[in-house]
Amino acid sequence: MKRHLISAADLTRDDALLILDTAEEMARVADRPIKKLPTLRGRTVVNLFFEDSTRTRISFEAAAKRLSADVINFSAKGSSVSKGESLKDTALTLEAMGADAVVIRHHSSGAPHRLATSDWINASVVNAGDGTHEHPTQALLDAFTMRRRLSGVGRGLEGRRVTVVGDILHSRVARSNVLLLTTLGARVTLVAPPTLLPIGVETWPCEVSYDLDAVLAKSDAVMMLRVQRERMNAAYFPTEREYARRYGLDGLRMAALPEHAIVMHPGPMNRGMEITAEVADSPRCTAVEQVANGVSTRMAVLYLLLGGSEPAIGTDRSDSARTEESK
Amino acid sequence: MVDDRMTAGPQDRPVLEAPDIARVLTRIAHEIVERAKGADDVVLLGVPTRGVFLARRLAGKLAEITGREAAVGSLDTTMYRDDLRLHPPRALATTDIPGDGIDGRLVVLVDDVLFSGRTIRAALDALNDIGRPRAVQLAVLVDRGHRELPIRADYVGKNLPTSQRETVRVLLAEHDGRDSVLLGQREPGAGARTGAAADE
Amino acid sequence: MSEILIRGAKVLGGAVQDVLISGETVTAVGAALEAPGATVVEAAGHILLPGLVDLHTHLREPGREDSETVLTGTRAAAAGGYTAVHAMANTFPVADTAGVVEQVWRLGKESGYCDVQPVGAVTVGLEGKQLAELGAMADSAAQVRVFSDDGKCVDDAVIMRRALEYVKAFDGVVAQHAQEPRLTEGAQMNEGTVSGELGLTGWPAVAEESVIARDVLLAAHVGSRVHICHLSTAGSVEIVRWAKSKGWDVTAEVTPHHLLLTDELVRSYNPVYKVNPPLRTEADVVALREALADGTIDCVATDHAPHPHEDKDCEWAAAAMGMVGLETALSVVQHTMVDTGLLDWAGVADRMSARPAAIGRLAGHGRPVAPGEPANLVLLDPAYRGVVNPAGFASRSRNTPYEGRELPGRVVATFLRGRATVMDGKLT
Repeated sequence: MKRHLISAADLTRDDALLILDTAEEMARVADRPIKKLPTLRGRTVVNLFFEDSTRTRISFEAAAKRLSADVINFSAKGSSVSKGESLKDTALTLEAMGADAVVIRHHSSGAPHRLATSDWINASVVNAGDGTHEHPTQALLDAFTMRRRLSGVGRGLEGRRVTVVGDILHSRVARSNVLLLTTLGARVTLVAPPTLLPIGVETWPCEVSYDLDAVLAKSDAVMMLRVQRERMNAAYFPTEREYARRYGLDGLRMAALPEHAIVMHPGPMNRGMEITAEVADSPRCTAVEQVANGVSTRMAVLYLLLGGSEPAIGTDRSDSARTEESK
Repeated sequence: MVDDRMTAGPQDRPVLEAPDIARVLTRIAHEIVERAKGADDVVLLGVPTRGVFLARRLAGKLAEITGREAAVGSLDTTMYRDDLRLHPPRALATTDIPGDGIDGRLVVLVDDVLFSGRTIRAALDALNDIGRPRAVQLAVLVDRGHRELPIRADYVGKNLPTSQRETVRVLLAEHDGRDSVLLGQREPGAGARTGAAADE
Repeated sequence: MSEILIRGAKVLGGAVQDVLISGETVTAVGAALEAPGATVVEAAGHILLPGLVDLHTHLREPGREDSETVLTGTRAAAAGGYTAVHAMANTFPVADTAGVVEQVWRLGKESGYCDVQPVGAVTVGLEGKQLAELGAMADSAAQVRVFSDDGKCVDDAVIMRRALEYVKAFDGVVAQHAQEPRLTEGAQMNEGTVSGELGLTGWPAVAEESVIARDVLLAAHVGSRVHICHLSTAGSVEIVRWAKSKGWDVTAEVTPHHLLLTDELVRSYNPVYKVNPPLRTEADVVALREALADGTIDCVATDHAPHPHEDKDCEWAAAAMGMVGLETALSVVQHTMVDTGLLDWAGVADRMSARPAAIGRLAGHGRPVAPGEPANLVLLDPAYRGVVNPAGFASRSRNTPYEGRELPGRVVATFLRGRATVMDGKLT
């Protein structure tokens, strides 16, 4: 990772731990009477959303605002983008407006990568989800949540077993999580019907199973992915009921998990499809916690990318911070 | 994590050694008790890294004097610094406010060296976002002068007149393996301070 | 009559010979020829081949003159050593009537850089529903013999069968763009490990192979010939090899880019690598090279597909598919086939000139370098090494995947019926 956060693969273990440790400090800000830090005063963060995602957008917006950045929300709906303006022209516009960071959500895989590697814009690019490719800040907040619940602050996820269940084929959350959780030492198992696994998944650094019941007892965390009902029409599975029976998490299956195991969901949940209400509302389900952790994690990413003269992630750093000279 | 433990350089001259440091901390603790009229409402907040250890030592000494546990914590000033844009972002240190908070209490900020005053300025801003103390005081092990802001210490272990070319390093057993304050020469080429902008 | 004496060239990479061109014809080939008054082209160390023939070129005119015109496209062809190109039918309007094919044919005549042989659409508007007037196009001044809906697959088995049968009446051939449409809905790149990682919708090899398998069986059944456009997978090679072993009249082409590039390049998300069919894997590249060497694949065709800058200067999914290729084809073939020892220069002459001319039933092209033959020739310097710089292209478009890449070989001169269209490496 240089000036951008495009893929979880860009993060070394040290990078990831730095982000998570920083996020822990950011999380404390949420407990204060004044939930704001002056750090990014005068910086402009643009939320460039070509796809509706209120959750992710407000999470980034809250993160940027808590760091005192100026936030501009640029939504494709009702803007010049929907009138056919190209990504390039949008980027040039944002550059002219002095954006320091562009948080981009795009329906096309690779669009953030293209934005970051083009000469269209100088701002730091943060991938807030691109097509069916990646969603690195989601993986970071998931790792943050798991670390708090399973291994403790300051550590990686060594030896933890994480099971990701659902539409892996179309999931940017799954791709980013496989990369990041593996970097942090966890062992990931993907569970899905074969139709919802990508070709070549056997080369990924994880295990694959078609049988949810076979892996539950060995899981420290189970992450349920949203399954879009329209996949049924494309013959990925026969019916919603059959999907829910074979791959949904209900109370019975939750009982098969080890006592300490948590149930995660990136939201929004399809209750009755991949997760029953009983599981979603149980104390083991971290869905709401994940939302709160999302703000802290995104604050950490924005601070580390924009807080100094150059990004702190992916660059060789020596901690000269607290020498006598800084007094 | 990069090891930032300090070691003595060849030309470093000790100005305080372990017994001196212990003595001045005892003195400061007594001054705090005296000025705070018993120190019941004192909260000691150390500025990371070494200020935190000094704050803990002071808390121990206060407890010895008053017979009561003293509230102690840490206050990271990184996010409030005015020189963030001059360096890559720093890793954050922990801010740990004691359970009863700081509202209406006497906060004593503790740091190892007072120099430009910018760290303390940042600490005051950080405090402002956390609560409203009755008063804020500052305790430092060494005041080396060259202030760039109207800030002074209430409790000073040692006033140490220095030139801009000199360096002051504080070593503490908890972090560096031994207690010492060293006066040395800035390495050639390391850049002399030129006014406010160079306050690294 | 003007005369040109090419002195000391290795004809088809073999013996050093002098070649005399008188008017539009090669009149003598031999050692130490004398031709007082002739223009002498010193060709020591250079290779002389018959002018190249492309079965698959998109000239874009009429309709998309912003990306290429017949004139700029034929200039690019000449610069690449071509003396004839087949102009694909997916123009606006589509070349599905005698009127449109004659227009393209006439524009080619007027350009003077390269013969332009129009390809007719198989179905009206490339829509795959109703046969275009194939006979009218065959009978027109353009004398169309190759029919293709290229860009789209003739996926209806009955339409394909009828087209294969119908063109037998005038010795035509259907050139199939093999792409099963349902298997490639929204497809962005080769389906494999890379597409899985990049989250780009995959384009499975089977979508190409299943159509090829069906079409060779159909061609055999109705006793017609079928040509497979831009074959791109190892599996496709196996099917064509099997069909040829049965003695069926099946021919196939491969593009230069499928001989060199793989889907690993897509990791850059740079749309310059977006092409239909998509770049495949290293194993496919190896199989394609071997198949071209052993003759399973008959010829190299460029699939020269010019696009304006804005259609590539965008995110991957929004970008157009295709690459320009006329001006780099010979270099890529030298690099992948000749310099690797898979094919000699006589083989290059066969795969890039004789066989495509034969498949297209193109008279006067792809002939031996011999007295009495039309003087359609290309002279190239195989020792040259250069970095591809699209700014120097004759094509109107710049969407080459080879920018900045060093490639061997350079066209020194191209002769179209005795007239130099390229001399000293420059268009005349």
